[in-house]
Amino acid sequence: MERVAQEVAGPWRESRGEVVKPAQFEYDDPSTVDEAMDLLGRYGDECKVLAGGQSLVPLMNFRLARPGRLIDINGIDSLAQMKWEDGALVIGAMTRHSQLEQSAEVAERCPLLSQAVAWIGHSQIRNRGTVGGSVAHADPAAELPAAFAALDARFLVRSRRGDRTLTWREFFVSEFTTALQPDELLISIEVPAQRPSKGTALVEFARRHGDFALGGAAVTVTVDRAGRCSEVAIALLAAGPAPIRPAAVEQMLIGEAPDKAAIHAAADMAVKGLKPTGDIHGSSDYRVQLLRVMTERALSEAVSRVGASQ
Amino acid sequence: MSRAVSIQINGRVITAEVEPRLLLADFIRDVAGLTGTHLGCEHGVCGACTVQVDGQPVRSCLMFAVQAAGRQVRTVEAMAPSEKTLHPLQQAFHECHALQCGFCTPGILMSMEAFLHDEPDPTPERIRSALAGNLCRCTGYQNIITAVRLAADRMLKDESNARLTEPTA
Repeated sequence: MERVAQEVAGPWRESRGEVVKPAQFEYDDPSTVDEAMDLLGRYGDECKVLAGGQSLVPLMNFRLARPGRLIDINGIDSLAQMKWEDGALVIGAMTRHSQLEQSAEVAERCPLLSQAVAWIGHSQIRNRGTVGGSVAHADPAAELPAAFAALDARFLVRSRRGDRTLTWREFFVSEFTTALQPDELLISIEVPAQRPSKGTALVEFARRHGDFALGGAAVTVTVDRAGRCSEVAIALLAAGPAPIRPAAVEQMLIGEAPDKAAIHAAADMAVKGLKPTGDIHGSSDYRVQLLRVMTERALSEAVSRVGASQ
Repeated sequence: MSRAVSIQINGRVITAEVEPRLLLADFIRDVAGLTGTHLGCEHGVCGACTVQVDGQPVRSCLMFAVQAAGRQVRTVEAMAPSEKTLHPLQQAFHECHALQCGFCTPGILMSMEAFLHDEPDPTPERIRSALAGNLCRCTGYQNIITAVRLAADRMLKDESNARLTEPTA
């Protein structure tokens, strides 16, 4: 018995550079999108795209994911750029969370994204984690998918078959599932130009900062001169398999003064019919209550910021 | 399939044939022999394996060694300027009892060194937030926060002294 244990433990301890966690895989590191397209076209389902690796590598270390081949896109510089086109923000898929976090221009012109990114993991995670990786992973509790839903973002994906531009509704299919086909690569995410007077907020609750949220809401609000809402977007995170926009609630608030009573009623209505999956961290009922409170707080916070940069 | 990888660690270039699945953390420990970098959870939660890649703190358990090819990696071994002198952060940790078992310390030092570089004069709240990605099970964090602030004070003082004594051209 003792000997068997030693034989198993022996090489592990003594190995030099052979201590490995993940299962074996083939590895390609293309330096252009074209090369990546070829590889994805050739290997499709066998391979997995490696972006920042902050979700994929833990899964591989546990061998919960065992991709036969990794296409590492960290060397494709053209994917790591953020630019403004006619007021719209185009975020390359390999833009790191920290790039978004540190951009003064994003904070000014698209503050919801700065607010969202502040909740993501920790600085060490944000230095590696990418915007494209986060949305392609499509964790229902992730911040960026909800923020992009609230901002009506569009997703540019490419394969050898051509380009497609998807709305967030088309892109996010279910938990950890997007509309990306095995031969497709997410190129960029486009956020339409935002009104400077818009108030925005992303509020969530997690046991510890940096953990995945048990519930949260991303909100944008525009208020007209008469003090009534002229535009409202509410996107809930960790509320269902994909981000949820309660359209009826948004409609209800339009034309209303966003006072305490209206916000309270809106939050009540936003969680009607929701059935988030309960687990050890919180029952379904608890999560519904949490989502209601997060929605109320996000709405109040967004309203308090309306016109701040008018 | 193995490939040859050269990584600059603490100024020294280390070349080895490695499998793509070898984690940077394991390269640092087993190939480069630098065991100051500790491995805790190996899935990006505890922060013990934090090193700096091109100056930025990252989890070395969530990066493959092949991805660090041609990059500059800095580990805790590079902090002390000599055998006898500690880095101001290490000295402050020592004085403030900011470690007990010491397992998490290398990762915390790597995170805090980069943090103080970006924010040389942080509030206790900012220090707390910067520490959030590193777990410590011994200290209760209070002494770590005190130590980081003490190191910041000393480094700021050293810098202003250096500026005062700089010869004017």
